[in-house]
Amino acid sequence: MEDGFAIVVLTLSATLRVATPLILGAMAGLFSERSGIIDISLEGKMLASAFAAATVAALSDSAWIALGAGILIAGAFALVHGYACITQKGNQVVSGIALNILASGLTIVLGNAWFHRGGQTPNLPAGGRFMAIDLPGAVALRDVPVVGRLYHQLISGHNLIVYAALLAVPLTHWMVNNTRFGLRLRAVGENPQAVDTAGISVAWLRFRAVLLGGLLTGTAGTYLAIAQNAGFSRDMTAGQGYIALTALIFGKWRPYPALGACLMFGLLDAIAIRLQGVRVAGIGEVPVQLIQALPYLLTVILLAGFIGKAVAPKAAGVPYVKER
Amino acid sequence: MLTEANRRGAVPAGGGTPPPSAIELRHIEKRFGAVHANRDVSLSVSPGSITGIVGENGAGKSTLMSILFGFYQADSGEILIDGKPVNIGSSGAAIALGIGMVHQHFVLVDTFTVLENIMLGAEGGPLLRRGAAAARQEVARLEREYGLGVDPEALISALPVGALQRVEILKALYRRAKILILDEPTGVLTPQETDQLFRILSALRSRGTTVILITHKLREIMAATDAVYVMRAGAIVAHRRTADTDPAELAELMVGRKVRLTLDKAAGRYGAAALVAESLSLRDERGVTRVDNASFQIRTGEIVAIAGVSGNGQSELLEMLAGIRPPTSGRFTANHREVTAETPCNPAEMRVIGVAHIPEDRHRLGLVSAFVASESAILGYQRDTAYTRYLLLIKQILMRHCAMLMERFDVRPRAPMLRSANFSGGNQQKLIIARELAREPKILLIGQPTRGVDIGAIEFIHRQLILRREAGCAILLVSVELDEVMALADRILVMCGGRIVGDLPADEADERKLGLLMANAQGREASETTAVTAIGPGS
Amino acid sequence: MTGAQTPLPCWVDIVLIPLANVTLAFLVAGLIVLAIGENPLLAIRVMIAGALGDSEGVGYTLYYATNFIFTGLAVALAFHAGLFNIGGEGQAYIGGLGIGLVLLAGGRYLSFSVLLPLAVLAGAGFGAAWALVPAYLQAYRGSHIVITTIMFNFLAAALMVYLMVNVLIAPGSMSPESREFGPAAHLPFIHDVLASIGIKLTGTPLNLSLVLAIALCVFVWLLLWHTPLGFELRTVGHSETAAVYAGVRPRRIIIIAMCLSGAMAGFVGLNEIMGVHHRLLLNFTAGYGFTGIAVALMGRNHPFGIILASILFGILSQGGTELAFTIPTLTRDMIVVIQGLVILFSGALSQLSRPWFEWLFSLLQRQAPAVRGA
Repeated sequence: MEDGFAIVVLTLSATLRVATPLILGAMAGLFSERSGIIDISLEGKMLASAFAAATVAALSDSAWIALGAGILIAGAFALVHGYACITQKGNQVVSGIALNILASGLTIVLGNAWFHRGGQTPNLPAGGRFMAIDLPGAVALRDVPVVGRLYHQLISGHNLIVYAALLAVPLTHWMVNNTRFGLRLRAVGENPQAVDTAGISVAWLRFRAVLLGGLLTGTAGTYLAIAQNAGFSRDMTAGQGYIALTALIFGKWRPYPALGACLMFGLLDAIAIRLQGVRVAGIGEVPVQLIQALPYLLTVILLAGFIGKAVAPKAAGVPYVKER
Repeated sequence: MLTEANRRGAVPAGGGTPPPSAIELRHIEKRFGAVHANRDVSLSVSPGSITGIVGENGAGKSTLMSILFGFYQADSGEILIDGKPVNIGSSGAAIALGIGMVHQHFVLVDTFTVLENIMLGAEGGPLLRRGAAAARQEVARLEREYGLGVDPEALISALPVGALQRVEILKALYRRAKILILDEPTGVLTPQETDQLFRILSALRSRGTTVILITHKLREIMAATDAVYVMRAGAIVAHRRTADTDPAELAELMVGRKVRLTLDKAAGRYGAAALVAESLSLRDERGVTRVDNASFQIRTGEIVAIAGVSGNGQSELLEMLAGIRPPTSGRFTANHREVTAETPCNPAEMRVIGVAHIPEDRHRLGLVSAFVASESAILGYQRDTAYTRYLLLIKQILMRHCAMLMERFDVRPRAPMLRSANFSGGNQQKLIIARELAREPKILLIGQPTRGVDIGAIEFIHRQLILRREAGCAILLVSVELDEVMALADRILVMCGGRIVGDLPADEADERKLGLLMANAQGREASETTAVTAIGPGS
Repeated sequence: MTGAQTPLPCWVDIVLIPLANVTLAFLVAGLIVLAIGENPLLAIRVMIAGALGDSEGVGYTLYYATNFIFTGLAVALAFHAGLFNIGGEGQAYIGGLGIGLVLLAGGRYLSFSVLLPLAVLAGAGFGAAWALVPAYLQAYRGSHIVITTIMFNFLAAALMVYLMVNVLIAPGSMSPESREFGPAAHLPFIHDVLASIGIKLTGTPLNLSLVLAIALCVFVWLLLWHTPLGFELRTVGHSETAAVYAGVRPRRIIIIAMCLSGAMAGFVGLNEIMGVHHRLLLNFTAGYGFTGIAVALMGRNHPFGIILASILFGILSQGGTELAFTIPTLTRDMIVVIQGLVILFSGALSQLSRPWFEWLFSLLQRQAPAVRGA
């Protein structure tokens, strides 16, 4: 029983760590899509910012400066996506895919040219990473049965970005529903003409939404490179950008349901890692490829099974043209 | 060209120095490439009046209004408000200058409440809660003062169309509009709702708001305005005091020649029933009943028109009869083919039976904008073996076919390789009508045939429909334009709330009667009796 | 009326603007090369010499181009139906799997004339099947096809690794490859065919699948613009409501379009598995599926443009290999960068250069006032 409890706590703790980039990605996608800009490029922004953060961390030995670099690069990608979609009124899905492919190649080309390690960045010193934080009293309470263990291992002991991601959800909810910016954001995603005729700039509103998305994905990428892992490696996002988008769709473009979906993916991943090498009755050893494929399978199942009635923001994907 | 006589109409009675116009345009010019949308437009609107701007589709009214509301900038010319020159660079600038606009197609966010829509753009601060309380108070005051009753907490998606227009007016008034522009406001209103709107406009006028009414409906100009400007081909051609003119003169000024306000229609020669509907009903995906027990019949050589404001089930009825949607219950028979929920029919099959459909929305259904004309000319008939040889569509055949259609139905320019989107609205409509009528269908379903079409094309289209009627085609016409309905139809049905609430011969119908039916003001007993007469042989 | 633009002659739209887009992409790529301290002009010279300098280079270029034609056609066909098929990579992988299975089963005792049509059917069938599920989900459940096809790429990779390592591996082999198929299961190399009529060329992987690729281009062109099905497919792509009005069933078209698309991507397997490697192995798709997107967009989704774009990317691929020898910092990932830039400029920023052309033409028109008939 002791052992079982420990496994549960460790699994839940792992869930939070795995879900963090998904949560940040989902919130980023939320701002963008609620404003009417489809953002398939979460993946590319995460990858690019991961590379930027790892590079700057290796050079500057400071995790905070690396975070800044990650956000800056993601913001630059977001600007390009915004320019293509908003100013040039281009196809939003194509732009997103282009940026993903660009990020995939550029990170390796630059990494190879600068570090000569086939795309990987050098190992990071401790100062260049976000390490686990112990919340006040966590160590002291460690031995208190159940509650103390929960507090020490599940609630405390994560790094800063995990807490930031969890905080991002209520913050996003508040911003979207209780502020002037949020009202206009929701309006421009449903009927941009209503916003335009009210004297508000549709383009500036959408750019702000996309840049906010850049801020959040930049944080997600930085997390991947210098918090969850200790450096950048080729294509390290492995589809998490798409999974974050799926979580957002499954959560019907609302912060808390999207959080739930991200946690579900995280839980699945955490459980799957535990299942590696374990023999399941009747099937034998679970093939490692199946475990690796589980998040992708779940994505397809989610998109297939329950989305039927989810209604995307009405103006999503349609460039705004002043029609008269 | 403003002559002295015309200008006289603009001087307010009472003499002395007139107050500066609320809004004045001087020599406004606007071109879009080769199109000269506004030529040397000069007009002046007295404060606290209702001024109309009338002109047919394509005359340049919308462009002028877009300039006034900051969507476009004029190429040259001046705009003065209260005598001072201003620059309207954007909608925000227009609003700041006190100009408010009620658009033809409402610009409201369906998922918001009325209050949220009104607050959008003037939220009163970065946090919503504080602004909302103040907004609620102000909205309540406006509603009382002008008789604009709408529940501020209601969701837009739940409100009827007439209420939506009141929300649009509230939006403008909330932003302190001193000049209110209404663009084709009555297209979606019943005659009774139109009267209500005009009462609101009067209330606005009496409190000093200047109202500009843009419309192509002469009757409304006569009923509501103090003065009227007539536009034709981008220029102002006349300015009258409304009291000094009449619809015939305005129509002639709009078109530039004498206009026949009535059609030459021979007496009807009716045959057997070609289209019979019995208790047709349609429920949509959300379970809302759109068509409720509709029963009627159309004989060969007869034009039956369905009058009524959009949104009462006419569109859904057309879709059912065209095969686009299967009925939920009930049935209809077209040329002896029975269609029920269990035996549905798709549009391809309907065409084979001899039913042609000219859709209400030509951009979304009737044409593919990106296709060239010769391809749009076979939309719906792409599998017809007349166009293919060895399973391939042959370009020469398509070109010849399209050229033939264009010649017969006067589609300009005669360019089968021109993209469908580059034809004017009237010519697009003529192309669609050509495509469908050239097949000499036995049953013709047609919706809003002259929406957004210039008068020359309107006359042509009406004549073609009459010709088809004489050739023995059974025609179902759906139109929101009562003039069109009364001119063309042999029998008129009225739909309200998805039900057929009236069925009367055209010579017994007038605008008042139809208006009452559309508002379903006759009560349940009356509608039951009309329902009974609707099933029996018409007229 | 919408704001009309200065009308530009049609050849500007079809030739000049796409050329401008590609040029911009290469300009930015050149800047990146500069930024990492290499000489872009030298790089271009090395690439062109490596790709077109001798018959061996040309052979390799055309061999790569064959794959790009297949995946480019796949993406383009789906695009015309309004669908963005990113799953070319996975569909090519699984199509190759099908071909490999057929050839493993019958390669030792069936003749070539039987094996070839079977392989073609298998490649098309398996590729189509891998596209079928995302197509069905989009048509009937509204699931975004971009995400599902990307997921299916990952799933194809996982499936192939599992199969190759555990099921299909040749007995006693160190690497996850199947055994050789047998001599009857080889698509003849072009250099062998030419040798039989007296023309001697250095050996390259270029094989007869090139013929199929060209034939497929003609087929797609005929299908899209000269058949009722193609008409209906393009109608669905432009306006689903108009398609319903015209008696078309959009769901049916979505499934047909995606299955055709998947089938064409599957033919990559014909080139790689039956034409070059003669055994099943991992990663033979090598990013061809994604390049297909760039090729389709650059070629404006038209078979003729796709042929030209495929040759260009073939040059890049073959030239890229040479480049990696001469300038080690510029690996094949630089080709991926160029791909991304081409997709960006040809797909999303495609109208970027338009205002410049309009300004240019309005200048020219002012200088030579046009005499036009009414």
